[in-house]
Amino acid sequence: MHVLMILLVTVSLVATLLAVVAPRRAAAAITVVGGVVSLAVAIAMIPYAADHDATSIGFLRVDALSTVFLLATAFLYATAAVYSVGYLADEAREAAQLGGAHAESFARYSRRFYIGINAFAWAMLCAPEMKGLALLWVAIEVTTVISALLVAIVDTDGATEAAWKYVLIASSGLGIGLLATIIMYYAGSQRLGQSYDLGLDPLLHAANQLPATPVRLAFVLAVVGYGTKVGLFPVHTWLPDAHAEAPTPVSALLSGSLLADSLYAILRYYQVTLLAVGEHFPQTVLLVFGVASLLLAALSLLDQRDIKRLLAYSSVEHMGILAIGVSFGAPLALFGVLLHVLAHAAGKGNAFMGAGVLVRKYGTKELGKIRDGLRTLPWSGPMFLLAIFALSAMPPFGIFRSEFEIVAGGFGDAHHAGAAILVVLVTLAFIGLAFATTRVLFLPGPGSGADDAGDVAVVRGEPSWWMVVPLVAGLGVLVLLGVYPPDQLVDLLHRGANELQGVL
Amino acid sequence: MTIQLALADNAPTVFDGTANTVAVAVLLIEFMMLRTALLRAQVRLYAFQSFVVSVLAAVVAFHRDVPELYVLAVVSFAFKALLVPAVVLRMLRNSKAEIAGSGALGVASEVMVSIVVAAFGFFTVGALDIHSDVLPVVSLSLAFAVVLIAFVLMIVRRDVVSQAVGFFSLENGVSLASLVVAAGLPLILEVAFLFDLLVAVVVFGVLMRVHHERTRSLSTESLDRLRG
Repeated sequence: MHVLMILLVTVSLVATLLAVVAPRRAAAAITVVGGVVSLAVAIAMIPYAADHDATSIGFLRVDALSTVFLLATAFLYATAAVYSVGYLADEAREAAQLGGAHAESFARYSRRFYIGINAFAWAMLCAPEMKGLALLWVAIEVTTVISALLVAIVDTDGATEAAWKYVLIASSGLGIGLLATIIMYYAGSQRLGQSYDLGLDPLLHAANQLPATPVRLAFVLAVVGYGTKVGLFPVHTWLPDAHAEAPTPVSALLSGSLLADSLYAILRYYQVTLLAVGEHFPQTVLLVFGVASLLLAALSLLDQRDIKRLLAYSSVEHMGILAIGVSFGAPLALFGVLLHVLAHAAGKGNAFMGAGVLVRKYGTKELGKIRDGLRTLPWSGPMFLLAIFALSAMPPFGIFRSEFEIVAGGFGDAHHAGAAILVVLVTLAFIGLAFATTRVLFLPGPGSGADDAGDVAVVRGEPSWWMVVPLVAGLGVLVLLGVYPPDQLVDLLHRGANELQGVL
Repeated sequence: MTIQLALADNAPTVFDGTANTVAVAVLLIEFMMLRTALLRAQVRLYAFQSFVVSVLAAVVAFHRDVPELYVLAVVSFAFKALLVPAVVLRMLRNSKAEIAGSGALGVASEVMVSIVVAAFGFFTVGALDIHSDVLPVVSLSLAFAVVLIAFVLMIVRRDVVSQAVGFFSLENGVSLASLVVAAGLPLILEVAFLFDLLVAVVVFGVLMRVHHERTRSLSTESLDRLRG
């Protein structure tokens, strides 16, 4: 296990360093290898993490809860890496045709892209492996700065604006997160003495003797601070901008992994707070933020003109669902939450990558200008449709199972109001997603009728098979999680849910 | 006699007095940043504020005999009072753009809002009943007030330099808080925090330059395309 833990944080680091010196094609290959190896390592960790307590070595620590988030991140790292090959190959062709300065600026762009995406994956794989809350904060701040640069490498006005908003708002949020870290240190130092390193194990061990007020303060600051990066209302404002303006593989990573990683930080504070002051306080806080986020997202989804912003608001929606799920506190709901993290990573990754193909094909992000996607893109079109179905929690996909468990857990544990609100708002969000997607995929576009054959029709066909393969993989995972999740994974999620509940 | 003894117990020591004065200075500098229009002056004020926080670390190190804090004081002085301001000033010199930032509110209203916000932070934290063995707990209230005013600064200013400096000074407020309640935090973690800040500063610098190259201005007025 120790070897796997160290491997997971070194593979992507090595890939980053190699990407600095390698030419474009080699960097692409290195990224794919880095992603696939990381995913394999994360999968290999499942059996051990599923029936052992936390393992630590040096400043790394892994338990069932962190393994779930590592899996989600590693999966998206692998799929985004494969997708990037096609994504950049297309741009490379264009740049080569234009030649001269364009080719040069593309070379710069692709180098930065590959360095950035590997470094981003590295930081996100480090965060759940950190042993203490202080290092966790450092890792999450690193993810912020790297991803802000990844947004900024796109040379458009929109990307510059999004990157600035993102880095300013997220860093300020993390400033609050640092305050939470310090207050939690203070709470811990009342029992553990002045010099301890905020390690999770000693904190959890002493949690029931910690003073209540500082722990409460730290928890609320953590929810607001890290919640900025999770995308909780009202500190979500950077999220749609950054998701919409970033390169598509980065959008997928932002949505499926980065938001989840930040939620992971909140869950760690939740664990300590639960043991220190009981379940009522942290659950109420999460319920309030979760419902507010879900409401905002559901309403925003109804009127979106930009396909990537649509998906970004859907991320806010799913983070709201996760927060509400944790606030129910029932074992079934917590199991659902952890399953939801995995299923959302696969589903949202697929949706962003499918949307990326549409955007590439039609040359616009505006929903009103994309038409007849199902006919034009024989593979990505249906894949995108299925990803939207999955995100709307349709069976047989994983998100159906996880949301069902969250709602059932809520009703079972007498959180009737919360569960009912959840169902209503999720339905509202579904309506928004369904309308937008139907327009894009089914409405006949110019060039499809016999009359306007001379119109500037978009040629039928996939831009690149590299961009289809990850979609198929993501769909496979979604169906697997929905129909028959492997036994060891179920054990892992059960153990993770128990850890979240404070029963060990 | 007993009354006199009780008084003597409650009377602030020289150390308490020094610490509180320094903490108040941090808050006052934050207010000065709020009312300074020139970007250069703002960066210099930030450097001075960082210097004052470093001094407080040294004072605590001396009185409480925590030698690690001397190292922290030196490192944070080097990073935050010298390196970061140098980076930002250099960028300002190269940009040759506006030398004054713009506020969304008048200076008087800004200060009024900040006083209300700072008072809120000061009294709320005072009511929380947090005790510190290291510094008088008033400093913690002051630290929260500094953090809140930094937010006001970032909100009302409409140029990238002021917003970035607002974020850096927010971090100064957090450093002040960490001196009060987390003075024993292992040095390696403190340095990790500072290093992280340095990385953030570099990224802020890069993004400021990107913004400047694109819009030929430091103002954020044009950043209103993405909405909805």
